[in-house]
Amino acid sequence: MTRKRRRLMIVGLCALGIGSATALTLTAFQDNLVFFKSPSDIVRETPPGGRAFRLGGLVETGSVTRALGTDGRPAATFRVTDGANTIPVTYTGVLPDLFREGQGVVTLGRLSPDGTFRASEVLARHDEAYMPPEVADALRRSGHWNPTQGPAPAASTWNTRSGS
Amino acid sequence: MTSAPPRGGGLHRFANPGRFLRTTGKVMPWLWGATVLVLGIGLAWGLAFSPPDWQQGETVRIMYVHVPMAWLAMGGYTGLVIASLMSLIWRHPLADLAAREMSPVGAAATALCLATGSLWGKPMWGTWWVWDARLTSVLILFFLWLGHAALVRAFDDPERGARAGAILALVGAVNVPIIKFSVDWWNTLHQPASVTRLAAPGLHVDILYPLLTCALGFTLLFTALILARTRSAVMERRIRGLELASARRHEAARA
Repeated sequence: MTRKRRRLMIVGLCALGIGSATALTLTAFQDNLVFFKSPSDIVRETPPGGRAFRLGGLVETGSVTRALGTDGRPAATFRVTDGANTIPVTYTGVLPDLFREGQGVVTLGRLSPDGTFRASEVLARHDEAYMPPEVADALRRSGHWNPTQGPAPAASTWNTRSGS
Repeated sequence: MTSAPPRGGGLHRFANPGRFLRTTGKVMPWLWGATVLVLGIGLAWGLAFSPPDWQQGETVRIMYVHVPMAWLAMGGYTGLVIASLMSLIWRHPLADLAAREMSPVGAAATALCLATGSLWGKPMWGTWWVWDARLTSVLILFFLWLGHAALVRAFDDPERGARAGAILALVGAVNVPIIKFSVDWWNTLHQPASVTRLAAPGLHVDILYPLLTCALGFTLLFTALILARTRSAVMERRIRGLELASARRHEAARA
């Protein structure tokens, strides 16, 4: 029994050591592990000019204007918000299908001196809500949710609701 | 080999390979039957008879394979960790075999999770792959599975291979909570959990129930595959033992 107990102790101590080492490493690299920065992060600490980074947040309602760029490629300007702060973004290229006002996006690019973010890549980020089209329509009709204003209301209010 | 009565109670009741073969032999047909039934219902329900998502459309059906595979990749690894603990601390003889047979199946589940996720990411996010915390930690899990599968088979002495594999599996256990909470701890492109969260599930029941059925079906399949592989490993070991014994008898007769 003592040998089993000793092996248990050794495994437990190793687990404790590896766990703490991992926790410390992850905390130390916290800044590098985030995939994107929010507008508030950028307002708080402006990244050095000319350095590419990712900016993420929701596409602000009513901020999207689409045009045709000088080279004939589609271009778009919109503002990315996290509620507290917003950053204007310009992008030339094809936007993903899920891109719309109120949708989460992650954009890769550089901040220009005038404060606009020049994106070279726009990825759509969808939230964790999944519902049939009829339910989304019913929520919209009843005024409980406007998808262009942001994420869906608390799931308990709709996840057993029928479409009609 | 099987005649020795198992000493002690608890988990070692199942340590006797003969008893393991007899018990699982009775269970296997039922397990396969339940797998076919539940997985058939779940896949038909999810792929054909459930509604599309309001914004993702039909693409959301990838979820019925992707999410069960992700759960199995992590749940299966937790199983591997438990088997490794039993093998290292209690020297449970069947735990080594089960761990050895688990890793190729777990690697396959993780590969399917990554592949379906990639197929889902291209139309929805606009990219096949990004190095965010969730995707990267699952890729590491895939390499842990592959590494375990290779390591336990890399030694001439199966016991040393089993011990090295168990240590690798235990070290890799630190990755499981990282995968689970990566979407909460850091900004990721991958969305946070929809089902396993404290608030109500973020899926409409018409999508949630077929997903849970598929998850149960794939879990039954995973269990059935591992039990079948472990059973054949036990029988293989038995045959090798018989061959060795007969070779020894021949040797003795010749001398």
